[in-house]
Amino acid sequence: MAKLKLPKFLIAAAILYAVIEGLYKTELINGYILHIINQSLVYVILAVSLNLINGITGQFSLGHMGFAAVGAYVSGTLTTLIFKVTPTAPEGMLVFIFSIVAGGIVAAFIGFLIGFPSLRLKGDYLAIVTLGFGEIIRTIFNNIDYVGGPRGLLGIPKFSNFTVIFIAAFLTVVIIRNLIESSHGRVLLSIRENELAAELVGIDTTQYKVLAFSIGAFFAGIAGGLFAHLLQLAHPTQFGFIKSVEVLIMIYAGGVGSITGSVIAAFALTFLSEGLRIGIRFVADTTGLPIGGEWRMVIYSLLLIFIMLFRTEGLMGTKESRLIKIKEAE
Amino acid sequence: MPALLTIQGMTHYFGGLRAVSDFSYEVPKGSIYGLIGPNGSGKTTTFNLITGIYTPTQGKILFEGKDITGQKPYKIVRGGIARTFQNLRIFSSLTALDNIRIARHYSMKSSVASAVLRLPSFLKQEKKVRQESEALLDLMHLSHRSKELAKNLPYGELRRLEIARALATDPKLILLDEPAAGMNPKEVEELMNLILRIRQEFNVTVFLIEHHMKVVMGICERIKVIDFGETIAEGQPETVAKDQKVLEAYLGKRGA
Amino acid sequence: MGSIFNAQQIVNGLQVGSIYALIALGYTMVYGIVRLINFAHGDFYMIGAYAAYGAFFAFNAIFVDQTGVLAFIVLVASMLAGGLVAMLANRLAYKPLRYKPKLSSLITAIGVSMFLEYFFSAIPSIGPSYRSFPDIIPRVEIQLGSATVSNYVIIDLLVAAVLMIGLTFLVKKTNLGKAMRAVSQDKDAARLMGIDIEKIIGFTFLIGGSFAGAAGLLAGMTYPRIFPYMGIQPGLKAFIAAVLGGIGNIPGAVLGAYIMGLAETFASAYNSLIGEGIAFAILILVLLVRPTGLLGEKVADKI
Repeated sequence: MAKLKLPKFLIAAAILYAVIEGLYKTELINGYILHIINQSLVYVILAVSLNLINGITGQFSLGHMGFAAVGAYVSGTLTTLIFKVTPTAPEGMLVFIFSIVAGGIVAAFIGFLIGFPSLRLKGDYLAIVTLGFGEIIRTIFNNIDYVGGPRGLLGIPKFSNFTVIFIAAFLTVVIIRNLIESSHGRVLLSIRENELAAELVGIDTTQYKVLAFSIGAFFAGIAGGLFAHLLQLAHPTQFGFIKSVEVLIMIYAGGVGSITGSVIAAFALTFLSEGLRIGIRFVADTTGLPIGGEWRMVIYSLLLIFIMLFRTEGLMGTKESRLIKIKEAE
Repeated sequence: MPALLTIQGMTHYFGGLRAVSDFSYEVPKGSIYGLIGPNGSGKTTTFNLITGIYTPTQGKILFEGKDITGQKPYKIVRGGIARTFQNLRIFSSLTALDNIRIARHYSMKSSVASAVLRLPSFLKQEKKVRQESEALLDLMHLSHRSKELAKNLPYGELRRLEIARALATDPKLILLDEPAAGMNPKEVEELMNLILRIRQEFNVTVFLIEHHMKVVMGICERIKVIDFGETIAEGQPETVAKDQKVLEAYLGKRGA
Repeated sequence: MGSIFNAQQIVNGLQVGSIYALIALGYTMVYGIVRLINFAHGDFYMIGAYAAYGAFFAFNAIFVDQTGVLAFIVLVASMLAGGLVAMLANRLAYKPLRYKPKLSSLITAIGVSMFLEYFFSAIPSIGPSYRSFPDIIPRVEIQLGSATVSNYVIIDLLVAAVLMIGLTFLVKKTNLGKAMRAVSQDKDAARLMGIDIEKIIGFTFLIGGSFAGAAGLLAGMTYPRIFPYMGIQPGLKAFIAAVLGGIGNIPGAVLGAYIMGLAETFASAYNSLIGEGIAFAILILVLLVRPTGLLGEKVADKI
């Protein structure tokens, strides 16, 4: 009987949640820090879901934020334009959760549609096609006036709070972890390792690649929806190629194929990014030198190049922390 | 009794290049048949055609009487044909146990949902797969490597692992592509015994490609020789070995 | 409907196609020789434009009335800048990963591209905002039938043609070109023949980058606005053009580029949204229907 570390992971997560809530309630951390924590958690969902596609299954997808866009716009449309709910309304939360999930499902469906034809392609070509699809999705939303077109969808009610996002991130990690630590997960890994050999042991690799894509897209959609209801807007520029690359940097920094790594990197890089933004502004203000915010991205890109040149395996490689990995019975 | 595997007039072109020409063979159930020929003669292509990696330009492949020509590889494998690869296609970053378990996956009947929710039915299936895989590793004398990453295994054990993985798919026919490549005489001896053993214990028919004459002569009941995609001889090993055309193909016209 | 296929659109399409062709050639050459989609290639185009800009203002006081000399200097500057940065990127970022999984190189190329764009955008004197490109050669317009053709069109087509002919000569008639073709086909065999692989690869980047740089100059002249992110869209479209023609195939890149230029011009004239999306539509169509492109050959993977 496979011994589950789930209780331990659950306890750890509960402790983390309590600690952060406590810090916030006692005003040891302020709303600003909590906001960054919230953003980090959304990135956890994005990173872990991208890792499922790129790291575990070995399919190089560069359009991940396209799925997030779908989730953001679908859920935003539902709460803001169609049902017009607010956080104070009693049924508000229910509609919100419904909308988020709906956003995820539509994103998963798009992932399915894109996956099917694209997954015949290998390596570079798949990367380019997914990049292309991501851009097409963004362009489409940019041109739909009903959701605000180039101005974006504004006035989205602020349903996303620490509790909601934390639970979502927690569930994402558990679900994807459970998937990976199973026969199905091993199949995904085999596709990464040697797709032809996987075919030749009876695996329908197309089916599994589409599955990975769809599940990854689902969670990206959830993340997009959560983001939209945190920042209270959905805007085409939030979902461009560079944003997809930022998530890519996270999974590479954390270790492609390691969920633990993705979680850590999502937090680390979100905080780093914010820290850089503040730091650069501080340096610019004190020295009076015209140092613009672009330097943040310069540093980011150098980070990516550095990782690729010197430590491709990132922080964790393919290892998992004992908290996350399910230990099998001896 | 009809043969387990029947290939009729199989011809395959890669663009303008004819890789296999009018290949016909019948492999009876329970036999060990061989395919030999110089490098580049089309042997591996033949295996690729049988297992559905390519669809033959012409010809038919019948397995257990059913036409499997042009079927997708994973369907052919599920239908009962397994294979190993000349250049070893092991899942390197995964453990030996995982390599086997993946091959047992398609026989598992649990859904993704039950895996995510960790339902009892799923746990039961996982346990079953694990036990079956461990048993197979044991039979192939690889238990001590169960938790080892495949890429760390020595070459001889890797070849055994690949054979074990192929057997894990419960095949009726197993195609071995140069299983003895890179082995020393002692390992070759062990391999031959292994092949005879697996035919017995797993009730499986063996069709193998080999260069090692000892293996061919030692265990093959019948062999076919091809060169440049064409059949140049077929028959009992001893007879074929003396065939003039075969000697020419291997040694060149002057060496024969 | 027939009105969009008029002479003016054809002229415009050929003009932008020339620029795409120069960029596409770099993509295809690099892919042919190291199987890498150099994401940063569009940025060499951008660097060429800025180099030309800088060279113009550096030298125009010296060569006040010698437009021809100035034009030449500016062209050389753009090509040199594009080529050298390309070589540098290869040497520092791509070469170390040459024999690692291709994915690492691809991601690194993305990083290099990002770096170049944001770096140029961050430097205060270059900055993120648009700059007006100077008129190096005075613009003259001629009426050819229903089309208004400026001398810039002629220049674009001419420069592109000259460079392409030069490349063809190089690849077909010189030893260097032969070495490039050899390395493209079989690195190991080329190495065994005594060819210095890395030198040839470096040279390929030099040529590819310099063509992109020249394209940047032409674009700066023709659509007189330059900005650090100007390489993104043209780079992507030129890449798609190279894929359309058959990535790795030099004539294919040129063919694909002109088809792309014309298609885009006609599509935009019809409907701006379709114009935006036509490039991606072409890409997806090619990859799903005929991934090897119009002129590409199928490279069989040995299984």
